[in-house]
Amino acid sequence: MGSKTPLYESHVEAGARIVDFGGWDMPLHYGSQKEEHHAVRGNAGVFDVSHMTVVDLSGPRVGDFLRYLVANDIARLDSHGRALYTCMLNEDGGVIDDLIIYFVGDNDYRLVVNAATREKDLAWIRKQAEAFDVDVVERAELAMIAVQGPRARELAAPCIAAEYRDSALGLKPFHAMQAAGWFVARTGYTGEDGWEIMLPAADAPTVWDRLLAAGVEPCGLGARDTLRLEAAMNLYGTDMDESISPLEAGLAWTVAWEPAERDFIGRAALEKQRENTGRQRFVGLLLEDKGVLRNHQRVVVEGVGEGEITSGGFSPTIGRSIALARLPAGDYDRAQVDIRGKLLDVRIVKTPFVRSGQVRIDI
Amino acid sequence: MTELPGDLLYTNDHEWLRREDDGTVSVGITEHAAHALGDLVYVELPEEGQDVEAGGEMAVVESVKAASDVYAPIAGSIAAINEDLADDPEKINQDPYGDGWIVRINVGEFDEGELLAPDAYQALLDELED
Repeated sequence: MGSKTPLYESHVEAGARIVDFGGWDMPLHYGSQKEEHHAVRGNAGVFDVSHMTVVDLSGPRVGDFLRYLVANDIARLDSHGRALYTCMLNEDGGVIDDLIIYFVGDNDYRLVVNAATREKDLAWIRKQAEAFDVDVVERAELAMIAVQGPRARELAAPCIAAEYRDSALGLKPFHAMQAAGWFVARTGYTGEDGWEIMLPAADAPTVWDRLLAAGVEPCGLGARDTLRLEAAMNLYGTDMDESISPLEAGLAWTVAWEPAERDFIGRAALEKQRENTGRQRFVGLLLEDKGVLRNHQRVVVEGVGEGEITSGGFSPTIGRSIALARLPAGDYDRAQVDIRGKLLDVRIVKTPFVRSGQVRIDI
Repeated sequence: MTELPGDLLYTNDHEWLRREDDGTVSVGITEHAAHALGDLVYVELPEEGQDVEAGGEMAVVESVKAASDVYAPIAGSIAAINEDLADDPEKINQDPYGDGWIVRINVGEFDEGELLAPDAYQALLDELED
């Protein structure tokens, strides 16, 4: 038996198929993963993401600490409530985890890191924080609900306390606010509009029931994975890990090189990699034939070399199979994937595959 | 889960067989198997006329979650394949014992004693539930 979120009973009641996910008993789907996927693209779906780790940092030097801890630069957050996606690196430039940082107040930041990496992340953050005298407090008592889709905010707004509702609806993308013990952020992991709401565990089942009653579809980890793959959002442990740098995982945009004098963990290693023009490519693939691309399949680029699919699957929105892959350096736009001994044609496409309900690639 | 059809035979690998009027044997995967796989998105079928051995790989069903081999429960040659599955693999989820059939196999006599009657397959499922 794994850990259970405050919504475990709600999942069982909604007919969830429960699976182990990094030590947590989580819903895989509630009947049809594809229907849940389509609900998020076309209407609204709700995910229990309470297994994710919320960490609050505070102290007079917390800003300096974060500018040292992560590869993106929190100095880019110019007002309270803004959010930043970044990687936390080791000295070799490998990714310890990817995370979102919310700028809560001058001396306060909130981090959301992955569930499966909780212990090593907390140990790493605490170790690095010592020199900066920063308080590190895990908020395990909070539940977290992601409501996602074009109608997500409209359908979820009645759950928010009346005096905060208009402000919540006024949040811009990648902005967040406090609302009487709740924390509402216009962020997500689906490529759709929506909110991620952190709230006291005791409030979560009621909110969940209200969302379902309002017509929001309960969605499991299965749909979460196909949605994030279509949006070409990386999954930690699959698309990158401690042996892979953000530059090798399509996340160069999250590395803040300027100002040059800012020292962050892994910077020296990344700078060396950056000069190497023979670096592997991280690309999106579309399968031209019928079939399904899967993690770890071999990719063959004729005359160039071989690479590997890091995340592959069937795209319910496109109706074809798509993947993220790490491939050898070179200028080419076609490759082949080894599926059970047969080489099938794939085309390299610019990601995301899907965003805001629309297919963004040529099919 | 609905009740198992009483006129079929089953395998330990969660396939079902039905003797058709024309003498061929239809094969598919059980509702339990389809449910465990989740929404099916692709089915790789054998060629008509291809010979299959008992226990040999015959088709591949792929769901949103994973790829899974379908084994030939009996030896014979492929008499027909369900071409509708190419465009609509979810027929296997919707109607596993009907429109979701996968192949028909030409067989001679075969030993039904190696296969599971409905009550024996139900007992297997009950064990898995525990």
